[in-house]
Amino acid sequence: MPAAFDPQIIAFCCKYCAYAAGDLAGSMRLNYPPSVKVVQVPCSGRVDTIHLLRAIERGADAVYVAG
Amino acid sequence: MAQSTTGAVMVVGGGIAGIQASLDLAESGYKVYIVENESAIGGKMAQLDKTFPTNDCSMCIISPKLVEAGRHLNIELLTMTEVQQVDGNAGNFTVTLREKPRFIDLDKCTACGECAKVCPVEIPNLFDMGLRAKKAAYKLYPQAMPGAYAIEKKGTAPCKASCPAHVSVQGWIALMNQERYEEAIALFKQDHPFPGICGRVCHHPCEGVCTRSQLDEPLSIMALHRYLADLDVKSANPFVPQKKAPKNRKIAIIGSGPAGLTCAYFLAIDGYDVTVFEKHDVLGGMLTLGIPEYRLPRDTIAAEIQTIRDLGVTFKTGVDIGKDVTIGQLRDQGFKAFFMGIGSQECKSLGIEGEDFEGVVPGMDFLRRVNLGEQVDLGDRVAVIGGGNVAMDAVRTALRCGSSKPFIIYRRSEAEMPANAEEIAECRDEGIEIMTLTNPVRVLEENGTVTGIECIKMALGEPDESGRRRPEPIEGSEFTIELDTLVPAIGQESDWACLTDECACSLSDWGTMNVDPVTLQTDDKDIFAGGDAVTGPATVVEAIEAGKQAAVSIGRFLQGEDLKKDRANRYEAVTDVPIEGHTSIPRSKMRHAAVGKRVKNFKEVQLGYGQKLAGREAARCLACGLCSECYRCEEACLAGAVDHQLQAREKTIDVGAIILAPGFAPYDPTLYEPYSYASHPNVVTSLEFERMLSASGPYAGHLIRPSDHQEPKKIAWLQCVGSRDINHCDNGYCSSVCCMYANKQAVIAKEHAGNGLDATIFFMDMRTFGKEFDKYNLRAEDDHGVRFVRSRVHSVYPDKEDKLRIVYATEGGNSVEERFDMVVLSVGLTAHPAAVDLAKKLDVDLNVHGFAQTSSLAPVKTSQEGIFVCGAFQEPKDIPHSVMEASAAAAYATEGLSDSRWTLTMDIDLPPENDFSGRAPRIGVFVCNCGINIGGVADVPAVRDYAATLPGVVHVEDNLFTCSQDNQVNIKAVIAEKNINRVVVASCSPRTHEPLFQETIREAGLNRYLFEMANIRDQNTWVHMNNPEKATQKAKDLVRMAVAKAAHIEPLYQVSVPITKSALVVGGGIAGMEAALGVADQGCQVHLVERSDLLGGNARRLRATWQDEPLAPWLEQVVDRVQSHPKIAVHRNTQVKSSKGSLGNFSTALTHESGKDVQVLHGVTILATGGKEHRPDEYLYGKHPDVMTHLDFDDALNRGDEKLEKAKSAVFIQCVGSRNADRPYCSKTCCTHSLKAALALKRINPRSRIYILYRDVRAYGFREQLYQHARESGIIFIRYDVEHRPSVAMKGDSTLLLTVNDHVLQRPIRIKPDLLILAAGIVARDNHSLFEKFKVPVNAEGFLVEAHAKLRPVDFASEGIFLAGLAHYPKPLEESIAQARAAASRAMTVLSKDALMVGGVVASVETGRCAACLTCVRTCPYGIPSVDEHSHAVIDPSQCHGCGACAAECPGKAITLMHFTDQQLIAKTDALFAEV
Repeated sequence: MPAAFDPQIIAFCCKYCAYAAGDLAGSMRLNYPPSVKVVQVPCSGRVDTIHLLRAIERGADAVYVAG
Repeated sequence: MAQSTTGAVMVVGGGIAGIQASLDLAESGYKVYIVENESAIGGKMAQLDKTFPTNDCSMCIISPKLVEAGRHLNIELLTMTEVQQVDGNAGNFTVTLREKPRFIDLDKCTACGECAKVCPVEIPNLFDMGLRAKKAAYKLYPQAMPGAYAIEKKGTAPCKASCPAHVSVQGWIALMNQERYEEAIALFKQDHPFPGICGRVCHHPCEGVCTRSQLDEPLSIMALHRYLADLDVKSANPFVPQKKAPKNRKIAIIGSGPAGLTCAYFLAIDGYDVTVFEKHDVLGGMLTLGIPEYRLPRDTIAAEIQTIRDLGVTFKTGVDIGKDVTIGQLRDQGFKAFFMGIGSQECKSLGIEGEDFEGVVPGMDFLRRVNLGEQVDLGDRVAVIGGGNVAMDAVRTALRCGSSKPFIIYRRSEAEMPANAEEIAECRDEGIEIMTLTNPVRVLEENGTVTGIECIKMALGEPDESGRRRPEPIEGSEFTIELDTLVPAIGQESDWACLTDECACSLSDWGTMNVDPVTLQTDDKDIFAGGDAVTGPATVVEAIEAGKQAAVSIGRFLQGEDLKKDRANRYEAVTDVPIEGHTSIPRSKMRHAAVGKRVKNFKEVQLGYGQKLAGREAARCLACGLCSECYRCEEACLAGAVDHQLQAREKTIDVGAIILAPGFAPYDPTLYEPYSYASHPNVVTSLEFERMLSASGPYAGHLIRPSDHQEPKKIAWLQCVGSRDINHCDNGYCSSVCCMYANKQAVIAKEHAGNGLDATIFFMDMRTFGKEFDKYNLRAEDDHGVRFVRSRVHSVYPDKEDKLRIVYATEGGNSVEERFDMVVLSVGLTAHPAAVDLAKKLDVDLNVHGFAQTSSLAPVKTSQEGIFVCGAFQEPKDIPHSVMEASAAAAYATEGLSDSRWTLTMDIDLPPENDFSGRAPRIGVFVCNCGINIGGVADVPAVRDYAATLPGVVHVEDNLFTCSQDNQVNIKAVIAEKNINRVVVASCSPRTHEPLFQETIREAGLNRYLFEMANIRDQNTWVHMNNPEKATQKAKDLVRMAVAKAAHIEPLYQVSVPITKSALVVGGGIAGMEAALGVADQGCQVHLVERSDLLGGNARRLRATWQDEPLAPWLEQVVDRVQSHPKIAVHRNTQVKSSKGSLGNFSTALTHESGKDVQVLHGVTILATGGKEHRPDEYLYGKHPDVMTHLDFDDALNRGDEKLEKAKSAVFIQCVGSRNADRPYCSKTCCTHSLKAALALKRINPRSRIYILYRDVRAYGFREQLYQHARESGIIFIRYDVEHRPSVAMKGDSTLLLTVNDHVLQRPIRIKPDLLILAAGIVARDNHSLFEKFKVPVNAEGFLVEAHAKLRPVDFASEGIFLAGLAHYPKPLEESIAQARAAASRAMTVLSKDALMVGGVVASVETGRCAACLTCVRTCPYGIPSVDEHSHAVIDPSQCHGCGACAAECPGKAITLMHFTDQQLIAKTDALFAEV
């Protein structure tokens, strides 16, 4: 894998836990790659296969569901 | 009826109990004040890592509650506030509060954290138990509510308070300690223009009061600012203060001494045109003319005057005011104000005979001449008369001018000399004699030239008005000294030739100018004066302060403002600065020029510090005030929220009731010396360990030991530290929670460290008595491999490699020694001293342990009517129990306030919503800079401009703070002006700010759902601050995604559904009746259903509470109240047939045993169906008349059965039917009951032998007292383990023969008891079919499962249904009562309202696509969807939680979750990957 590979990752995060954890990472100034983009969902249960596949289809290198 | 009560409640304490009580109260129609001493709510729960028994993250579960309480319209958070006084009575209290200054405006603070970033002061972070430091500008913890920062300021440091110029000494030293020298000098010069000059000649009162002198020696403050000043002068760009806009007003300063120069400096900064007139040809006044160069080099003076020149001040030297030009002429030239800083430079005469002779040279004349460059030869023998600095300067100057024998004559002793001690010492170093207690009497002469002086010896008498002892001549002690020159230097006076007739000023009898002491204004309004000319000869720094104050007055005078307003000296030094724990470090000694060399020239004697010494010296500062008042935060805060001038405020509130929820203080094991806590870093308390485990804690959740940050391999937990202990402390009670938290910490520690960690818990009794606790304990041992050792450890010894050695005795009596890497002390819960003080203020009774005294029959009522208590201040307890009590306290508190419900609450009037249906999106994008939090990293204007290019966007702008109050007004105006119908804000987190912006757009007539946020701070610039380019790009991406979704969002409408204001309570036991009374007393109808014909349940068979309150009379009273209550309909002999409906509107069919059905409509349901005593099938129960259960025993006791009296021996067997494979739970009540029963038997027959066979004595909380009494009264306790249970046989026809293995003797013993009492556990009633009718879940043992084990202990996941009593889990009577009252409180949060708003972010079913496949029914975690008679799924919007799981799972795509539709979510992802 070339060193410059910067995977585009879309993260679906539950607003109660994982999204809050994302904010906490901010409060604590913890770094992570800017290529991670978080989409807030009301519950990780809301995430449908179609959301994942559509993201991959459009160019995501990885999809991440956290809740 | 006229309203007689106040519809508000004060809750003291913002921990989880206080929060829960407040939420219940606010939801039931009362205004709530939460009074919290800390800067944020959250209490101890916010400090915990995980919670037992579910291992939930404590912060994750409390955080939504914090936000809810913080944002609730009717809850007012009064943080940093204490209760001072309470007046009035139940129903109408007036409370006086004291609000400590936060120094940061709550409304303006955006929690950006810039203040903390620039703050140079580090102090222990007590939220992290001191395991790391925090800044003096701090936020209690990242998720704190309110989110605003606060400044920890104890007060003003003594150095600053004592400095006449009030320089923030601690501040510039703190900045210096961080090598922020430029900021340090700037801070100094904010109050004082001459750090270099005063760094050499100040009389430094600051050092006199330095707290460090209590420890070793005061800080060398003066030498430190000299170091700073010299560094600044040598730098490429010496500091020059920022000037304000020019004011075009001319001011004349007469005299260029320190007072005049300072006045010029501050007025120039303020933007005035300042001209300084100086009589001599050189500037500096006494600095230049009086002080010799070897003390104050001329280039130092020049450099600091240069700064004033750089500020634009004009200097005119050689101008003698009054002679060359007069004040009147200057007025004519346009000068609007004058400052007279002419000093006092004329020497006073000695007043003795012969002062006019040749060879008498006044000290000031001599110094002035030498300082102006004249060669002055005084001859060899020079007597300088005086003990002040001028005398010292004159004598040392004479030495340097070639006199071989200059000396001092002073009339008092050295201790009274006003000169600086350093200078006196340097004098002596240079070989100068100081003749003390000597006074000149007469000058001797020959031909008009001095030849000598006659002196007299003096003695010290009584102190005079100056406080110094008065010198008195000793008669007959006259003597003469030969002299070449006599130099009198006993004081100076001013030359007022400058005062011409145009000036209306007046002089005092001492020849000083009369001025107003505060404003320094003279009798002539435009003339001000200060320095020696006003005070007589004084110090440089006093002159500086006078110049500064005069500048303030002149500024105000010219602006036409009140000269006197707010000018009282506000500096009060802190006094109680702890010095313990600091090691003694001597003051750094400054280098001096060698004596031999220095006396021959005027080169500087004191050579100053180098960087290393300065650093070492500055590091000695004890930071007395905590906040150093460096004001960096004030500058850094772009929101203008910091205000260091804030003062403590008093405030009064009117409330109808008071709830005390002040929590506990963890036991401090510092004094418990054998445990080495204070002396060894690897011995930590359990609360410290919580912070160590926490991901947001000091070690970021990485389990390492404090001493060396290595991962521990072996950790020991010691139980009962500060609990169950009357040797080391007075805490004879059990803290109830420690066994469980130690289990949890051991399990979590093992999870952190992997299985390699040896976790051992040393305990006496394993008290895991709560719901699911025993199972947790078993899993800890069996699945996680936690080791449990039943032993109380006596001592912890420090060992090599930072390890700790523990010696303990096994149960068999062997001594074992083990080494651990870390020891965790499971500290108990003690009464918080502040809570105890508060209780005393309120006259609330406390028990012997300092906790609030309550009755078991009214568990949250204090001794004062209208004042209630909940949480750990009532008794040490865990979170769910605290939450339960909090709701109970809310219920009791509002019982008497029903006439004032909704009278003090607020409601918002909103304009009608605009209808945008069918219109194209017109999107407004607001990009926030968040001060520099976003704008300092990402290119906000670029993001803004980029947003303008996105489809649908019609307006873009960026704001300094989009959330500020003025900007809400702006957003509303922009929405109206540009016809915007969708709003996007790119700023911080929707978790904290979405509701605010939603409110704003709603006020502008937009539906609140037409809003979308892009989190470009917390999830962008805060985490990518090192990569501004990528952060800008990501901000653009996030904005593009938000705009894409915004284009698809739709308004959502909630509909109002009326609520049936009545409750159904199922179960007529204590819990059911208490719940029914709780609701009915608040004015709502209750239907109480009891399947038997008798109310009272198990309580009918109980004799008394554990505190010995008899039950029968109380029960009778409760039953009477229920039966006669006009609002309670009792349905006896009745069962529930069916129930349907949802929150607010249920309908339940009841069937009477006669077969008659009744339909009941109700808004809420409370299930209190009880439990029952286990019927043992062992130990000959039922086969032998002398074997009985607890309830049998109480029956026997109640009827006075003579069996009890006759019994010579009795045995209690614990855990019968509990804690076994069938029922792996503790019944919680049995240990207490056995202790009580055993004591009762002892009372009946003191000679009887009583044995309690137990596994763990679970006498938790204050019940431990019973255990102590039992042991004291000779009851014998024999422990058995589950593998070796006692056996009981019958010998002959009637004798019982019991065998048990004695745990101490390690051998079987036999007892022939006359009575055998089985502590039979509590089991659930078989109510499965009833529970199914309400669709509520039960656990494996048949107990009801609450919505959340920790924070929703009386709720079900299904809204509107609550639970209480034994149906939930075994518990004693007082807990059942509390839970029942809590259920009433929860019920009232619904029944208090007239209607329910339904809809919003909920799932909706498109019936045409529904195939009734039941996927949604099976998926929904809350069991909401059902299939209706038309074979379509139905999702009740009033029940739906909006999680969207059904929408994701529905194979037919028939279900949509509003606001998170597929289209909206896909629009977001598509936008991310769109070609841009």
